[in-house]
Amino acid sequence: MEETQTRERPAQATPFAGTVRADDVRKAQVTDGKLFDVRDMEVYFPLRESFFKAMISTEKKWVRAVDKISFAIAPGEILALVGESGCGKTTTGRALLRLEEATGGEIFYKGLPLRRFSGGALREYRKKAQIIFQDPYNSINPKQTIFDIVAEPLSVSGVTHSEREKEERVVKALEDAGLRPAPDYLYRYPHELSGGQRQRVCIAGAIVLDPDVIIADEPVASLDVSIRNDILKLMVDHKEKLGVTYIFITHDLSLAWVISDRIAVMYLGRIVEIGDTEEVVANPQHPYTKALISVIPVPDPRMKHEHTILTGETPNPVAIPSGCRFHPRCPERMPECAEREPADVHLGGTHYAACLRLG
Amino acid sequence: MSAVDTAPQAAQAAATQRIEHEGLLEVRDLRAYFKLREGDVKAIDGVSWSVAEGESLGLAGESGCGKTTAVLAVLKLLPENGRIVSGEVLFDGKNLVKRTEYGMSKIRWKEISIIFQGAMNALNPVQQVGRQVAEPIMLHEGVSEDKAMKRVRDLFELVGINPSRVSEFPHEMSGGMRQRSMIAMALACNPKLVIGDEPTTALDVMVQAQILELIERLRRELDLAFILISHDLSVMAETCDKGVIMYAGKVVEQGATEFIFANPLHPYTKQLIRAFPNIHESREMARSIAGNPPNLLNPPPGCRFVPRCDEAEPACFERDPDMVEIEPGHFVRCLKVS
Repeated sequence: MEETQTRERPAQATPFAGTVRADDVRKAQVTDGKLFDVRDMEVYFPLRESFFKAMISTEKKWVRAVDKISFAIAPGEILALVGESGCGKTTTGRALLRLEEATGGEIFYKGLPLRRFSGGALREYRKKAQIIFQDPYNSINPKQTIFDIVAEPLSVSGVTHSEREKEERVVKALEDAGLRPAPDYLYRYPHELSGGQRQRVCIAGAIVLDPDVIIADEPVASLDVSIRNDILKLMVDHKEKLGVTYIFITHDLSLAWVISDRIAVMYLGRIVEIGDTEEVVANPQHPYTKALISVIPVPDPRMKHEHTILTGETPNPVAIPSGCRFHPRCPERMPECAEREPADVHLGGTHYAACLRLG
Repeated sequence: MSAVDTAPQAAQAAATQRIEHEGLLEVRDLRAYFKLREGDVKAIDGVSWSVAEGESLGLAGESGCGKTTAVLAVLKLLPENGRIVSGEVLFDGKNLVKRTEYGMSKIRWKEISIIFQGAMNALNPVQQVGRQVAEPIMLHEGVSEDKAMKRVRDLFELVGINPSRVSEFPHEMSGGMRQRSMIAMALACNPKLVIGDEPTTALDVMVQAQILELIERLRRELDLAFILISHDLSVMAETCDKGVIMYAGKVVEQGATEFIFANPLHPYTKQLIRAFPNIHESREMARSIAGNPPNLLNPPPGCRFVPRCDEAEPACFERDPDMVEIEPGHFVRCLKVS
């Protein structure tokens, strides 16, 4: 495998010179099999320093939360973004919704550059892209009924103001989210529901507008193990029946393995390995992925497996190590790793990893 | 505070006679209820298990199954509306249920210590971490602060924190470091038994692996008995010698972890094990366990798991099954097995 091509670089000119209007978003179609095409995306946050320090320091410091990542998502796919806290997985998800502005690179949604969306286009786009948060206890308003919570996106986006139509759509969304019979839930309040049911309400609120894509940020992390699987299954059902694309953000590789089509493993703002889920888990190539997989606890005491426990913690994203950013913790590092930054190496199929040992 | 007045005599009386029991800590038919306006919530309803010296025991089950209440009852730290109704907690020849508050204060942290779940909330945010770790040493051993701080430095070394960080505040440490200092605090008085209440739940996978490895190493080096409370069966499978599966305030299955995972007999255990993805096996998704745990205010007659059980028979609705020993040391509470 001498082939060491890098993933395709951004094309020079974007088809849109001016701003993208609402109409363009409405009419946009997936043409090249990519719902999202992310190219060299960066999200940097300015670091706040004391006034005095800011006066004497010559360079501005940045938290490099996401540092040049590229990937594409096909419609109807579940892509898992996996990594430890601080690796930039949530920031990536938020940047795709423009809840965070990318400071560099381009994100194309159905071929349209997200950066150039006008206000109207953004409103149109947000009907098509939704998010589900981790904690269903804090992300819904305790004073609203389930109907109000799920119907709110319909009125806010101006899709419909007819009460009748709203009710129809809310009932359908609740049923698609597994709350059956839906009319029983309409006029209840969140405190009457269990954690799993609340998360289903959040999901209903996300699918009520028939979105193309839902970003699920640790949707099951705060739920009991016994009900997790049903929520995950719901995501797979939506994908298969409604054609919803999911971006599943999680720190738990075993959950990603269960439902996703592809996995992207992130470390310190970079995607270190990406590929088909089964391929990445069965045949991990990047030392970080290998370590992450080795420490997943196995519910079987007879299966003794080797743990590769990395020492230390993820470094501060203000002072990213030189060369390969993983080298200080890497069990397989070579002298040159501290100097040269690895490029993505194509390992066949959709499998890429960024490690000098592979190059 | 009458408990304090009569305490010295009572404590002495308890200390003089040694009760024979199994292992280091044995819990016999313990019941602990919470009083509410509507009645008693039977949070722990006849639980028995034991831990031997140097052994690790895992308590597992869904939230609300009573695993945390069980250890709080052992330490007599139940909230105000909670009380131990019956049963015995035998620790090192002493019955802790009969102990006074004063007598318990000599045992807590000195002989049994606990690592809490959220290290951010368990540590005092406005006190240096080192001083917090030193506090139990000064209290239980009556040594000076200087001596105690010297011990703290050694403890930090032991749990893998640079001893120069003793004067840091909790917010200056990462989650993993805070959990390490909680472990240092738990070990401060050389206890015989350490309880970990979901010690790794809020942590990242890699940090979780580091902490579990640390606990494992310390357990071997210091010959500690360890009780791990976890909802995560896979963590229990990797770290514990014995396992106890609890459901709705009762133990449904217990035994050596190899037995439980190789040959799970209770339908709840089977479904719980299936709910965990195993990346070394086929990639299929198990169903969740339908329904919710019963309300423990008025638990229905019969087996408590029956509304959610996929193997239930008519008899299960009427008769509450007894614990039956299936193979040496492997107990199950299910009518179908007995």
